[in-house]
Amino acid sequence: MSLQPARLAPTVLWAILLPAIVVLLSACGTLPQETRLRGTGDLGVVIERADGRVQVVETSGRSVLARVNGLGDLSHASVVFSRDGRYAYVFGRDGGLTKVDLLTASIAGRVVQGGNSIGGAISQDGRIVVAQNYEPGGIKAFDADTLELIADVPAAYGNEGRRSKVVGLADLPGNRFIYSLFDAGEIRITDLSDRGKPVTQTFAAGRQPYDALVTPDGRHYIAGLFGEDGLAMLDLWQPEKGVRKILSGYGRGEQPLPVFKMPHLRGWAVAGGRAYLPAIGRHEVLVVDTDTWQEVGRIAVKSQPVFVMARPDGREVWVNFAFPDNGWVQVVDTMSLGITDTLQPGRAILHMEFTPRGEEVWLSARDDNRVVVYDTKSHRQVAQFDAASPSGIFFTSRAARTGF
Amino acid sequence: MKPPPLLVHVAVFIGAALIAAYASAAEEGGAPRAGSPRYRELVHIVRQDCGSCHGLTLAGGLGPALTPGALAGKPADSLVATIVGGRPGTPMPPFVGIVSEAEAGWIVDQLMRGFPADGGAGAPAH
Repeated sequence: MSLQPARLAPTVLWAILLPAIVVLLSACGTLPQETRLRGTGDLGVVIERADGRVQVVETSGRSVLARVNGLGDLSHASVVFSRDGRYAYVFGRDGGLTKVDLLTASIAGRVVQGGNSIGGAISQDGRIVVAQNYEPGGIKAFDADTLELIADVPAAYGNEGRRSKVVGLADLPGNRFIYSLFDAGEIRITDLSDRGKPVTQTFAAGRQPYDALVTPDGRHYIAGLFGEDGLAMLDLWQPEKGVRKILSGYGRGEQPLPVFKMPHLRGWAVAGGRAYLPAIGRHEVLVVDTDTWQEVGRIAVKSQPVFVMARPDGREVWVNFAFPDNGWVQVVDTMSLGITDTLQPGRAILHMEFTPRGEEVWLSARDDNRVVVYDTKSHRQVAQFDAASPSGIFFTSRAARTGF
Repeated sequence: MKPPPLLVHVAVFIGAALIAAYASAAEEGGAPRAGSPRYRELVHIVRQDCGSCHGLTLAGGLGPALTPGALAGKPADSLVATIVGGRPGTPMPPFVGIVSEAEAGWIVDQLMRGFPADGGAGAPAH
């Protein structure tokens, strides 16, 4: 046993160590920047599709707060939000599902769940995230906290073990999910209320459903059909009645015009008791009464409509178009069903997103590498910022809406 | 006898004009020269707008994959016909009027070799 007294470090060393300790301890006392308190109600993400990156944005000051990298192939990416608006679940084309923490601007989880994916949905209770896949055709359900696989539901059809591409996925009340099978011409509802034991119902829909929407109340599901002149509608309050065709023969037997980009029905325009739907192969927006499901009008527009979206108050509907007319946007007045404005916000307008109460709309101008912000009262541009090849814009207000 | 200097000038001028006209005719609707604005435009269209259905990496989506592996062994002339005339009964639209047949041939050739990377849309036209 040594009786030598413990040796203290030389005075010079203490002169260095003590201030260092003081600085480190005081740093622990102040919160790191990312945990500074803020709400999430005015946040959103902009997809920078070519770079596998998202911008975290806020709509109150119209600014980019941060960028998050490493999300894979984001062509045709879509996003759903956790019910508290903190996490964005980003579905990439390459099957990647990434959970992005908007407050810390970091990746909270990531799985590569499919080979070729087209989007996703989140359950009514916010606990289940579902991806819809082209390859392998089907849907997969994940725990929203951990991204652990809960259920794998193949879109198998026929007797030869074929699997269909899945489109038009939407959440329904009761932790159910509804989707369409492009190759099989079916609508299916998978009930995940008993998480481990998915139960699936099947309905015949029509030829080549390409996308779908659920009405804001979750009652009606409408699938657009590429291979038929009409749309398939299912009343989810009385599903036993089966699919009903609406707007049959809207093409009036005319030769359809070429469709250079499939319309998107998600992001719907249901306003004032009417649904506004892009015609396929016609340069028209179809207007249908949501009580009778009869056509009440059609609006001639500049080109093949892609997104037909209602301003949150329903007073206007904004329409963008397929290549090569994707530099145009038109505004429809929902009282007169006339076009009130024809705008050129930029080159290749891929997506539009209204602020939660609709005073502004953000548009992605892919070929100008920027996002432009328009005032929806004056229809004038009020701001813009750089974004690399932007496509989808998604605000956290979607977290509280069925079908988003 | 030396030709008069004015005649030489005119001959050279006409010759240069003919060469220029020929070169621009080759570009107009023909295979684009690497690095030309039309080259850039066609690469951008294929990557971005064909990419809406076939994927930005051309690995497939609603439409089939257009990678060299996926296209190997397929006859080039039927692929050119599909681009120009579309494929009835499927979502593949005809691109007649947007690309010429020669440009479609060039696109097929490039797809089979591994399509060039997109350099963006370029500066605004106006």
